[in-house]
Amino acid sequence: MTAIRRFLPGWLSTYAVLYLLFLYLPVIFLPIFSINTAATPKFPLSGVTLHWYEDLPRTPALIDATWNSLIVGISASILSTVLGILAARSITRYRYPGRRTINGLIMAPLVLPEVIVAISMLLVMLQLGLSLSLFTVVLGHVLVCIPYSMTVLTSGFEGFDRSLEEASADLGETAFGTFRRVTLPMVAPAIISSLLVCFTISLDEFIIAFFLTGTEATLPIYIWGQLRFAAKLPGVLALGTLLLFASFVLMTIAEILRRRAARRTQNEGGLYA
Amino acid sequence: MTVAAEGSPPFRLAGSRRSPLLQSEAVQGFALISPTFVYALILLVLPILVVIAHSFWTQNYLTIDHTFTLENYRIALTEPIYRDLLWRSLYISLTVSLLTVALAYPIAYFISFHGGRHKSLWLFLITIPFWTSYLLRVMSWKVILGYNGVLNSGLMGLGVIDEPSTALLYNSSAVIITLTHAWATFAILPIFVSLEKVDRTLVEAATDLGDGPLRSFLRVTLPLSAPGVISAALIVMIPTVGDYVTPKLVGGKDGVMIANAIQAQFGKASNWPLGAALSVTTMIIVSLMAGATVLVIRALQRLAR
Repeated sequence: MTAIRRFLPGWLSTYAVLYLLFLYLPVIFLPIFSINTAATPKFPLSGVTLHWYEDLPRTPALIDATWNSLIVGISASILSTVLGILAARSITRYRYPGRRTINGLIMAPLVLPEVIVAISMLLVMLQLGLSLSLFTVVLGHVLVCIPYSMTVLTSGFEGFDRSLEEASADLGETAFGTFRRVTLPMVAPAIISSLLVCFTISLDEFIIAFFLTGTEATLPIYIWGQLRFAAKLPGVLALGTLLLFASFVLMTIAEILRRRAARRTQNEGGLYA
Repeated sequence: MTVAAEGSPPFRLAGSRRSPLLQSEAVQGFALISPTFVYALILLVLPILVVIAHSFWTQNYLTIDHTFTLENYRIALTEPIYRDLLWRSLYISLTVSLLTVALAYPIAYFISFHGGRHKSLWLFLITIPFWTSYLLRVMSWKVILGYNGVLNSGLMGLGVIDEPSTALLYNSSAVIITLTHAWATFAILPIFVSLEKVDRTLVEAATDLGDGPLRSFLRVTLPLSAPGVISAALIVMIPTVGDYVTPKLVGGKDGVMIANAIQAQFGKASNWPLGAALSVTTMIIVSLMAGATVLVIRALQRLAR
């Protein structure tokens, strides 16, 4: 029995490492083949080049798509974080009937098939006579970003010591003054973290943008269009590598900030809870 | 995921001495959440209602005939092409959710019970690939499984096969592998959270009472983590049934799923009511399958005790 007990964690940690490999390996092939001289992604590499990266800034359609993605990402992250702040604050600070139902509804886009969410929004927007544009993409992205924003923000707001706010109110601050001078500084890391998470999601999101955009492409839509041409694959791999890198950096900063926010309010959990 | 919703104290009814204050608290809380709530109502609930309404109407070239009909549902359920796509989507999403949960459980267990100081580092490492673009991850599987891809060229380099295998890409197995990879993190986190909640003294008690590690795992830890297993299964099953990108990129002709047919109705075929009926049917059937999965896991949980 003790043999099994000693053997088990060893076996489990081997499995854990293999699992991490399974998670990371596919993703790592993108950067590897993006510096390959041959256009087909196969081993052995035929030579190393940065040629595909140098071509990227010379593609006007790609520059447009980058601008579109930035516009959509920034608008969507600000809007969804504002709506997330209101909702997370309400959920963590107040008790009222229907709270859990409303929370469930706001979190629902997380567990619904994206295609169905996208086509339902498409139907309503066409019925309302909205013409499809980057604006409709932002509307869609905000809906799918709010659940993530809520998760990050509730972990920042939870366990927040209410007596600090009460003290501020007792000392004569107005409700707004208390929020600006006591609450906001405490939760600022969580808010920035939410902005970064939402921006990353919007930057990478494909399905909703695919259905709700008019003629303007975001980066994932541009990639989708290029995938039809085998010769364009290395360029797509190079672009994909840059996107992977951007997501990785943004999410690492977001996670560090979220942890700092959670520590300030002495609360653990967050994205994992 | 709903951190805040847990453990709310029972709402005190009006009539107690503090009722005006409490009432104003309820009003304030509701007022604060209402913009987000209204947003979700307009862009989620209303659209879904519009889809349901459309599913009972008929497309008449460019206009929509608003007379009530069940014709779309008859087509969705009896036309062989849609029936096959629906069955395949259900089969793929069920397989993917079982696979993901089975592969994720040991990891979640390892992090929770043996993670030690590095728990949050492990969780971070596991969440990172999930934050990279879904489209890019599917694309990398195309690179791996393709005719001239990594796996084929690697196997040929090792002398295992003489010519590239075409069996790797463009079938439902490729879809299953890709989806299992894409949804891994979504399965690990809920299982991890429920394992964290397992009272360690219960496991010790089982050991003290003579259960070996395997028996105490099967009779204590596993049943107690069933809620996490359930939410992991559901969180993977429901979205994957409607996946569009994966079947389109790696599925080929044999891996087409229902979402591709739904998209076609809203695009080229331009038959919104049929597309709407296909969406509603998919959601209802996958909910039934999810419900059945919950019942099966609960029954297994009772058996294990």
